Amino acid sequence: MPVLGQRFEWRITLPQALVNTPSNASYLYYRHTLPVRVMHWINVVALTILLMSGLQIFNAYPELHWGKSSYTGSPALLEIKARDSATGQTIGYTRVLGREFDTTGVLGASRGPDGTVTRAAFPSWATVPGTQWLAMARAWHFFFAWIFVINGLGFLAYAIFSRHLARDLAPTRSDLQSIGQSLKEHLRFRHPSGEAAKRYNVLQKLAYLVVIFGLLPLAVLMGFAMSPWLNSLLTGWVDLVGGRQSARTLHFIIAWLLVAFVLIHVFQVIVTGFWNNLRSMLTGRYRVQGESRHE
Amino acid sequence: MSNIEKIPRRRFLARALGAASALALAGCDRLSRTEWFPQVLASAEKLNAAAAHLVTSRKSMAQEFAESDLSPTFRSNGTADPETREYQAMTANAFADYRLQVGGLVEAPQRFSLADLRALPSRTQITRHDCVEGWSAIAKWKGTQFSALLAAVRPQAGARYVMFYCADPMEADGTEFYYESVDMEDAYHPQTILAYDLNDTLLPVANGAPIRLRVERQLGYKHAKYVMAIELVASFDSIAGGKGGYWEDQGYQWFAGI
Repeated sequence: MPVLGQRFEWRITLPQALVNTPSNASYLYYRHTLPVRVMHWINVVALTILLMSGLQIFNAYPELHWGKSSYTGSPALLEIKARDSATGQTIGYTRVLGREFDTTGVLGASRGPDGTVTRAAFPSWATVPGTQWLAMARAWHFFFAWIFVINGLGFLAYAIFSRHLARDLAPTRSDLQSIGQSLKEHLRFRHPSGEAAKRYNVLQKLAYLVVIFGLLPLAVLMGFAMSPWLNSLLTGWVDLVGGRQSARTLHFIIAWLLVAFVLIHVFQVIVTGFWNNLRSMLTGRYRVQGESRHE
Repeated sequence: MSNIEKIPRRRFLARALGAASALALAGCDRLSRTEWFPQVLASAEKLNAAAAHLVTSRKSMAQEFAESDLSPTFRSNGTADPETREYQAMTANAFADYRLQVGGLVEAPQRFSLADLRALPSRTQITRHDCVEGWSAIAKWKGTQFSALLAAVRPQAGARYVMFYCADPMEADGTEFYYESVDMEDAYHPQTILAYDLNDTLLPVANGAPIRLRVERQLGYKHAKYVMAIELVASFDSIAGGKGGYWEDQGYQWFAGI
């Protein structure tokens, strides 16, 4: 397998004790090319900042609606606000589809960086910037949106031309036939090891494809749908997704679906050999154990 | 490795991760407060404007809606009633003494009464108002076509922006007033109007009486309320904070198309 950009390779040396105990049968396999590694980490930074600045933007109007406007006569789908209790305490509440939950401490009302109780939908530790500052949150959001989009287009071009998409991501016929089997193994936390770990398994491929071609472009599209200028591109196109406030709701839901993906992704990274996986996304090299299975 | 050794390591990793993210967050907030970093972030605004202009034509029209889409009431945001003596005096006699002053880089500076503005060609449109905060409301606006006003005052060749000076005081002591600006492309856009009617009745004080700007492809803060004077300028560098508007001087984007 050709090693791309080996001269510029970015290595970290891990103490042997932290790497899986080497066995005689194990060897290092070059799993992730340099462009994939670089674009992966740019994406990590960009999506993290997009999420956190997005939550700060949400805080400026902590309601989600369905429809063309926020005043359709129907109640909000989601509201994260604060009110004073009879005893003068600040209560944070979250109302989802008409059901109200007391979320004091996290949502609606939480402690700010200075320790005082602050009225904010999402807490200071989850937003960029940490205090209510819509103008700055928008500045962060748009800057990293461009980085995300340029990086994403770069990845797409690379994945197509290097055949990464066709070779590593597209499920094969036998992959698709083994979905049921793969699902069973995942539910038992049994993951491919040895030679099989060199390829993505079918659920992994499908998850990556859904994120790359589904959630991420949809998030961008829903961002466009919130732009009054881009609304004028084709008359009425925003109504195809239910209207501008629906687009805002979908943008929010997609953001949390991406968070769910990242949580599962990181969980899988941990349970299938954290340091080995991390090293392969930093240096490209993944240690393949011999044929002995480990769980 | 035994479990006894694993737990402290896990706890150590969790704490290290927590500390690292706290540091990163504090770093973001510190960057937000520097002089240079927000300028780096602001480069995206130019890209936003360039991309928006690249994909749309100069006269691409904002969506217009049906009567059935109208919001029950049109929300008032920002100033709801300018409390200055001058403004209160104008409301007291139903804006009979109101004169919109139009000057700057024009051949024929003029003062327009409300009757003058109503005599100029008008446009009625049901559009969606998108606030930078995130909410939207749909309302019916009727007003003087801005292109007709421009035709009356005849802009000079050097005019590049239109400044709007408003009656809503932005400081408690009444020293600073709201101001906004648009470029000539938006000024000549068919949907750019000086609205005097909202939902078939006189524009209420809460929504910017006697006139407010509608510039439909941009966010709400561009739609200056209580417009008192208009000035055509070559540049707004020397006006207030130099960013072309009250909120722009507070860090918001001049291009408010997204």
